[in-house]
Amino acid sequence: MDWTMWVEWIVKGFVLCLILLTGFAYLTWYERRALARIQVRVGPNRAGYQGLLQPIADAVKLIFKEELTPGHVYKVVFILAPVLTVVPSLVLAAVVPLGTSFNLFGREITLYVADVNVGILYLTSIASIAVYGIVLAGWSSNNKYAMLGGIRSSAQMISYELTLGLSFVTAIILGNSMNMIDIVNEQRGLWFVVIQPVGALIFWIATLAEVNRAPFDMPEAEQELTAGYHAEYSGMKFALFFMAEYQKMIVISMILATLFFGGYLGPFVDQVPLLGPVYLFAKVIILLFGMIWVRATWPRIRYDRLMSFGWKILLPLSLAIAFITATGILLADVLNNQLFFWSIPVVSIIALLVAVAFIYRDLRRKSHGRI
Amino acid sequence: MLLEYIAIGVMILVATLIAFIAIGLGGLFGPKKPSAEKDTPYESGMNPYGEGTRRMPVRFYLVAVLFILFDIEVVFFLPWAIAFRQLGLFGLLEMVIFIVILLIGYVYAWKKGALEWE
Repeated sequence: MDWTMWVEWIVKGFVLCLILLTGFAYLTWYERRALARIQVRVGPNRAGYQGLLQPIADAVKLIFKEELTPGHVYKVVFILAPVLTVVPSLVLAAVVPLGTSFNLFGREITLYVADVNVGILYLTSIASIAVYGIVLAGWSSNNKYAMLGGIRSSAQMISYELTLGLSFVTAIILGNSMNMIDIVNEQRGLWFVVIQPVGALIFWIATLAEVNRAPFDMPEAEQELTAGYHAEYSGMKFALFFMAEYQKMIVISMILATLFFGGYLGPFVDQVPLLGPVYLFAKVIILLFGMIWVRATWPRIRYDRLMSFGWKILLPLSLAIAFITATGILLADVLNNQLFFWSIPVVSIIALLVAVAFIYRDLRRKSHGRI
Repeated sequence: MLLEYIAIGVMILVATLIAFIAIGLGGLFGPKKPSAEKDTPYESGMNPYGEGTRRMPVRFYLVAVLFILFDIEVVFFLPWAIAFRQLGLFGLLEMVIFIVILLIGYVYAWKKGALEWE
């Protein structure tokens, strides 16, 4: 261990943080433009070419806003809560491989911060830390709206975390490893989304709930809670919450791309390793558009339906998916018959259709009972 | 392998630094005009009454307890997911038994109405 390693770590950590910060800034621009297009508007297009300078203008405006710490809050927790929310969202990306490695002045630079052999365990543990930031923000604000938003958010996030964990299990079963790089290399022949499309879909739905995006943005429902857990925050402290949400969107799209969509893999990536980040970037952009599209299309779902969807539909479904995957692989191995392997997507889609049928039946019965 | 965790530790420090710099920037450049109105809790413009942190519905507590139960299940799944190719059919059957026992508890909680939100 010499000093160049320390330099490499610091530079890599800093560069990854900067990538995510820039990504956050331009994701807000991307979302506003895409939402505007879907709603037949133009969106921000004044600051710079096509509004490309808009994020910078927003950042400058937020820096020069008053940083208010109201008198009734619990000060230390109130200030630490946004930091506690934003740090996990940045650190989460440390184990996601952006590519393999390239040569810089005779030194082998790997395109990831850390190659941890329990990468997925790391992801699940860091992702759950973010709950603390939001709960503490809601509690320390000493405000009824913020308190309700924080508690709602925690209940929602821990409910969907189970589904998220079981989707991770599906990816581990398919990849036969917890190491993110091994999982990507397993997908050289076939992306896992082909083998387990339902697993990818469940993962995506659970992550929407994890990052409090529409249609699961109950913690911030402005019609009932004004702004939820960040009602008392202003200036840069509010910006940190905003930052954490959008960075989590990016990172979680990166994770989804890595686990199910082949990560940095693409044509000629072995010859030119620097193409890896480009492919990952393209996949992330497409997945992010999916999130924005959902926000533009679906209304927010009611809180009781949100909870029963998580506990009664998604949890059993994800359990079944993990189990179907394991059984299919094992039977294909033991009986040496590829037919069992290819029955995985078929049986999974049947399970998904059964779940959808249950939802429809439940909705129809409920609507007869009430209004 | 330990070196990788130092790399993550360095990144945590960098991220914390960035977060504090962001807050510091706001405190440095933002105007400061405190007033009595700004110090009151925000309640849509009404005069605030009572405490901010009051009692909350016990439903949320129930969700947290159920979460712990099923999260342990997920944690048990993770090592099995890596080892199940070596364990073979024996591992699969063991998992079936484990899931069936858990499902009994799940069905019980459902029938008791712990998953309802009415």
